[in-house]
Amino acid sequence: MYFLEHIWMIPLFPLMGAILMLLIGRKLSNSAVSLICPGVVGIAFLYSLGAVLQLASLEERQYELILYTWLPGNPFHLLGGGSATLSADWGFLLDPLSSVMILVVTGVGFLIHVYSVGYMAHEGGYYRFFGYINLFLFFMLTLVLGNNYLLLFVGWEGVGLCSYLLIGFYFDRKSATTAGNKAFIVNRIGDAGFIMGMFTMLAVFGSLRFTEVTERAASGAFAVGDAAITAMTLLLFVGACGKSAQFPLYVWLPDAMEGPTPVSALIHAATMVTAGVYMIARSNALFVLAPSTMAVVAAVGAFTAIFAATIGIAQNDIKRVLAYSTVSQLGYMVMACGVGAFGAGVFHLSTHAYFKALLFLGAGSVIHSLSGEQDMRKMGGLWNRIPITFKTFFVAALAIIGTPGLSGFFSKDEILWYSFITPFGTGWILWLVGFVTAGLTALYIWRLMFLTFFGKSRVSHEAEHHLHESPPLMTIPLIVLAVLSLAGGWIGWPAALGGSNHFEHWLEPVFEPAAAALAAAEAAHPVAHSVSQEYLLMFLSVAIAGLGVFLAYTLFLKKQEVADRLAASYAGVHRLLQNKYYVDEIYGKIFVDGLAKSGGTALGRFDSQVIDGGVNGTAWMTRFASTLSIWWDTWIVDGAVRASAFGVKITSYPVRLLQTGLVQGYALMIVVGVVIFLSYYLLR
Amino acid sequence: MTEITTAHYVFLSAALFSIGVIGVLTRRNVVIILMSIELILNAVNINLVAFSKHFLSVNGQAFAVFVIVDAAAEAAVGLGIIIALFRNKETVNADEIDLMKW
Amino acid sequence: MNTVLEGLFFYILSAMILGSAVLTITRRNAVHSAIWLVSTLISIAGLYLHLHAEFLAAVQVLLYVGGIMVLFLFVIMLVNLDEAAKERAFNKQWSVALIAALVLMAELGYFVIRGASAFQFGQSSGGSLAPNTQLIAMALYRDYMLPFEIASLLLLVAILGAVILAKKQI
Repeated sequence: MYFLEHIWMIPLFPLMGAILMLLIGRKLSNSAVSLICPGVVGIAFLYSLGAVLQLASLEERQYELILYTWLPGNPFHLLGGGSATLSADWGFLLDPLSSVMILVVTGVGFLIHVYSVGYMAHEGGYYRFFGYINLFLFFMLTLVLGNNYLLLFVGWEGVGLCSYLLIGFYFDRKSATTAGNKAFIVNRIGDAGFIMGMFTMLAVFGSLRFTEVTERAASGAFAVGDAAITAMTLLLFVGACGKSAQFPLYVWLPDAMEGPTPVSALIHAATMVTAGVYMIARSNALFVLAPSTMAVVAAVGAFTAIFAATIGIAQNDIKRVLAYSTVSQLGYMVMACGVGAFGAGVFHLSTHAYFKALLFLGAGSVIHSLSGEQDMRKMGGLWNRIPITFKTFFVAALAIIGTPGLSGFFSKDEILWYSFITPFGTGWILWLVGFVTAGLTALYIWRLMFLTFFGKSRVSHEAEHHLHESPPLMTIPLIVLAVLSLAGGWIGWPAALGGSNHFEHWLEPVFEPAAAALAAAEAAHPVAHSVSQEYLLMFLSVAIAGLGVFLAYTLFLKKQEVADRLAASYAGVHRLLQNKYYVDEIYGKIFVDGLAKSGGTALGRFDSQVIDGGVNGTAWMTRFASTLSIWWDTWIVDGAVRASAFGVKITSYPVRLLQTGLVQGYALMIVVGVVIFLSYYLLR
Repeated sequence: MTEITTAHYVFLSAALFSIGVIGVLTRRNVVIILMSIELILNAVNINLVAFSKHFLSVNGQAFAVFVIVDAAAEAAVGLGIIIALFRNKETVNADEIDLMKW
Repeated sequence: MNTVLEGLFFYILSAMILGSAVLTITRRNAVHSAIWLVSTLISIAGLYLHLHAEFLAAVQVLLYVGGIMVLFLFVIMLVNLDEAAKERAFNKQWSVALIAALVLMAELGYFVIRGASAFQFGQSSGGSLAPNTQLIAMALYRDYMLPFEIASLLLLVAILGAVILAKKQI
């Protein structure tokens, strides 16, 4: 059980890479850095593979390893009476869910590292980039391998930090640093919810360990719809919204495209944004106890999916389209968790990682070959100029829209099917939203395809000169990801189509509590469903995807005038979509200007008037007191002195006249004095 | 006449003393002031000798000798001063010497 | 007879003393004042003889008249008092001074008269005044040796002082 016992080394490899970059990165050559950093990630991937294989051989597919207890026990009271001790450990839990995560993270991460060696070859700060990305992988692996919520949160915060560092990688651009700040601050709002959720969890369960919490939640001690657990799960969901870019905390993700493209691929497509979904999946035992939260989760997920898709069809920056696509697909995953289909959500997480990473890396390859051009209006006709990029991009575009047989088809259809048959309520509305979103997805992705690769070349003259296919270091990862996008869904071949759905079976032990609750809910409100319904829904989603492709072909390739006329006649709507529903502007007005600036102004006034006033007041008091004491000193104290001097001076005028200088006069006075003395004795 | 007692001599001494005082206070001429001082000293001497006779002790006369010695020294120095003064101011009038005025 | 003679001598001598003294202080001419002072001093010497102070009488004449008065006359000559003789003799405060001095004399006289009963001749026992010179010598050189030496020092200093004061140039 070597790999299992050494599971703590998996996050350690990228951490070592990051520390090496921190200490001596500046002095290393680019080739040394390119060897070390992807190398450590590759080793981590091999270790993860080994660990998962060894996990599979275990009887009970759960392996927990506690390195040491980080917080020793501090006793406190539980919500329902009784007491517990607060303890958190640096421990690792490998079970089917985390095994999926570590394979995705390290695998896709390794491919992106290799790609970055080619992409960042001519950029400054080479070692810094790889140091940050390695640090990010360390935190991500800590997040998914942790055995308690606190360690998860450590990783959660850490990936947020690395996201900030990497978004603002080109720190000399103001837009980049602002975007980094935005990402971190919006994330923070989510984190606040997460922390409060953890407090509630402690108050209710007395522990933060996954195993203990799941055990106590599933033990039946809590009724379905328990208020404390509803509050707890809502707060945890707020955290997930922040990290997984759900409405209303999604605004940071499109701006995060300021970072280099490999960063967008790794962090904002494949791994970090999925942390929220992972966390919800991990807490499935809690969520199924709170149907109201589940409804909120599903509604938010569905709304986010369609909302982001509508924005995506009107964007002109290639990376922006992909960013909104990510938000939309995350909405799918969250919706899946909201209806209790946690396995489907995680499945879509993994397939999305493949094709979205491929889309981003492909876009990066396009941008690289066009010497930095990102506006799709200045692209076109590239399909034969950059063939490998085109072909891999084509595969990803097919996968995302749910082309049958490719990975996206299986995962997305599973989500739509489970939404339709959800026993928790009006599933068909959710299905309808997901259905329309699928169409929109096809529309915007194939709009992107047609604008970028097909049609007349609108490429600028200088870019035309340098147009070239990307080097193998960049194209090989693209090819690998294309293969995964093709075949990655086959492990989840649903039972309806004759497969055994290995993926779902693999994840079963993790979602046992959810399954039990779902079965109970189904027994309570049975929703009729049959295999033929499933086939019908599959057909419908393929049909609408095809419709979307056709529309994109017509509007953006064949008859572009129609697209322009539509944009002109619906100018208001078009402007609304292009400006992302002005959400950023609204947030800026309310929160930034309203709270921060006016709060700042108010505090500034408070500081200058009250606090400074107090200080000035004491200064005034001191000066006043000193004026009094000056008056006292000048007139009373000095006055006494000067009065006596004055008195002496006054008496000196007549007395002076006694000093005649004539000795006989003095002698006379002596005699007179003697006479007076004698007369005293005489009269006695 | 009444018997001459020591009191008579004391009275005489007092009278002579007063005359000397009048001379010191009244005369302008510094030399005559010095002479008046000699009168005062002699008055004291008369007193001393009278009492020496009264107590039949020779101490009074010894004291009188000392007084005479002192008078001599004083007269010498005083006259030296007058000479120096006369050299500077060409006057021996006491009320013209008022340099120590206010 | 003895008492009468004694009284007579006393009164005559007193009259001479007081008269000469008054004349001393009233003369305008300084030389006249000096001569009358000589007269006063000699009369006082006579009084000393009357009081059985023979040595002192001799010393009075020798020192006072023979030394001090001669000195006075020298200085009077030196300071050329001809112009002084033409000026006012008495100063401006003479009236006040006269009254003060007379009051003083009156008071002193009153004290004397009041205590006159205390003065009786031959009250104390022991001691004598004869032989006068020997007794004075013994008193000076035995009982009052220190004052004697100091007096000699005083004379030395006085000589030096007078010389310095009277020199033309230091």
